[in-house]
Amino acid sequence: MTSASPRARVLLVDDDEDFLFQHRIQLEHSGFDVKTATNRTDAESLAAEFQPDLAIVDLMMEQHDDGFVLSHHLKRRHPGLPVIMVTAVTAETGLSFAPASPAERSWVGADAVLAKPIRFEQLRREIDRLLAPGPPAIAGPED
Amino acid sequence: MDTLRVLVVDDETGMRLAVARVLNTYTVRLNDPDERVFNFAVETAESGEDALGRLATSVPDLLLLDMKLPGMSGLDVLREMRERRHDVLTVMITAYATLETAIEATKSGAHDFLPKPFTPEDLRVAVRRAVRHLLVQREARRLAEEKRQVRFQFISVLGHELKAPLAAVEGFLQILKDGSAGSDPAVIANVVDRALTRTEGMRKLIVDLLNLTRIESGQKRRELGEIDLREAALASIETLASAAGGRGVTVALHAPDRALFVADRGELDIILNNLVSNAVKYNREGGRVDVSIEPSPTGWSIRVTDTGIGMTPEDRGRLFEEFVRIKNDQTRRIPGTGLGLSIVKKLAQLYAGAVTVTSEPGVGSTFTVTLSAPTSRSLPS
Repeated sequence: MTSASPRARVLLVDDDEDFLFQHRIQLEHSGFDVKTATNRTDAESLAAEFQPDLAIVDLMMEQHDDGFVLSHHLKRRHPGLPVIMVTAVTAETGLSFAPASPAERSWVGADAVLAKPIRFEQLRREIDRLLAPGPPAIAGPED
Repeated sequence: MDTLRVLVVDDETGMRLAVARVLNTYTVRLNDPDERVFNFAVETAESGEDALGRLATSVPDLLLLDMKLPGMSGLDVLREMRERRHDVLTVMITAYATLETAIEATKSGAHDFLPKPFTPEDLRVAVRRAVRHLLVQREARRLAEEKRQVRFQFISVLGHELKAPLAAVEGFLQILKDGSAGSDPAVIANVVDRALTRTEGMRKLIVDLLNLTRIESGQKRRELGEIDLREAALASIETLASAAGGRGVTVALHAPDRALFVADRGELDIILNNLVSNAVKYNREGGRVDVSIEPSPTGWSIRVTDTGIGMTPEDRGRLFEEFVRIKNDQTRRIPGTGLGLSIVKKLAQLYAGAVTVTSEPGVGSTFTVTLSAPTSRSLPS
């Protein structure tokens, strides 16, 4: 049913506790090993000990660009770690960005960007794609 | 110096030239604090049709319109302008202003009349009066627009504040539906509890919103009667006893045996509940809240002091604005609508009072509400 390893480790970072709770339950139900953090600092120290296979980070936490900073830090310290950024920025500001090319991906610092509210199947699809063996595919534009 | 554009509509060439000559060299100095100065650029039209044609492409600040024109009359032009929503301050020039035509013209939007024949000074006086009116009108429009913007902003923030908890509740329902919560009753109960917490937050927001609307519109009849502030404060402390107990916060009341005040009990309850609830919510575990009711020179003051997280001077400045919640790591988990203090402030104004705050980060905050006497219903805008 999925190409992702059933016990892949996922780090979930968001300052919205409900979001964390809901997605932790759903990810665990899908067989992932999940750890959560509500801010950038906690996420960075947690990543060091947890060694996640994939990280899901919210863009706007305490600072409006925490997600960018966190994603850059994670990728520097954990080369090859796929990062999915989730954000309500599109819903709130109308600003939209999807990293369609490698250049844009390196600017955003994430391998995929999902606009909140996200559907779990959508998140699941991105996780499977990014955890699939082989070179990472370029994130397609969101539907 | 600002230049106002004046369109003169008259079929007599001599009249058009005379008006243009007078106004092109006329300057209006207002005695208002800004000491604004205006001069005029005059354009002319010889018929109503001609005038309407010009108005279609550019709208002047002021229109001097002859009542009696060949073809369309001045009144026809006014009516047509209304139809087309050309809103120009208009002075009617008329040789024989009967009461009927004057009423008709005023109904159609004319601001003033200049009877023919008139002297250059008559014209200047009329134009000066029109300029004053124009500025008042523009200022009123600007304020109305500002108010409209504030309203829009309020509604847009409100929409967001309602959407966020709704999305969370939908997420919880989705989890129950798709079975990811599993079959452990404890996990399911946790999901339901979290969803209920969010719906409770929405309910509080709506209650606050209704209170705010009621206060602002003045629609609710106030039931003024003599109430005992001591008794009201005790009731409020009782209401919040379980919230305080849950956090080990001690709430103490310092009040005279009787503190009588003429007020609407419901309004006083909202003030007290908001202040005491905040003092409990933003306190530290095991902290204390002191509620003091003291006579003041003009009435009473209610002071609520906590030993909580406090706030910075910058935060204090924004505190009474609608939907402002101080966001930091300490407040993130504390639920609130962001309307409570805005409501307290508006209610205090209904008693010719005010609310003030002193605070020190990490030490605590003191909110003081002064109450004089119930004012007539409407709030200062």
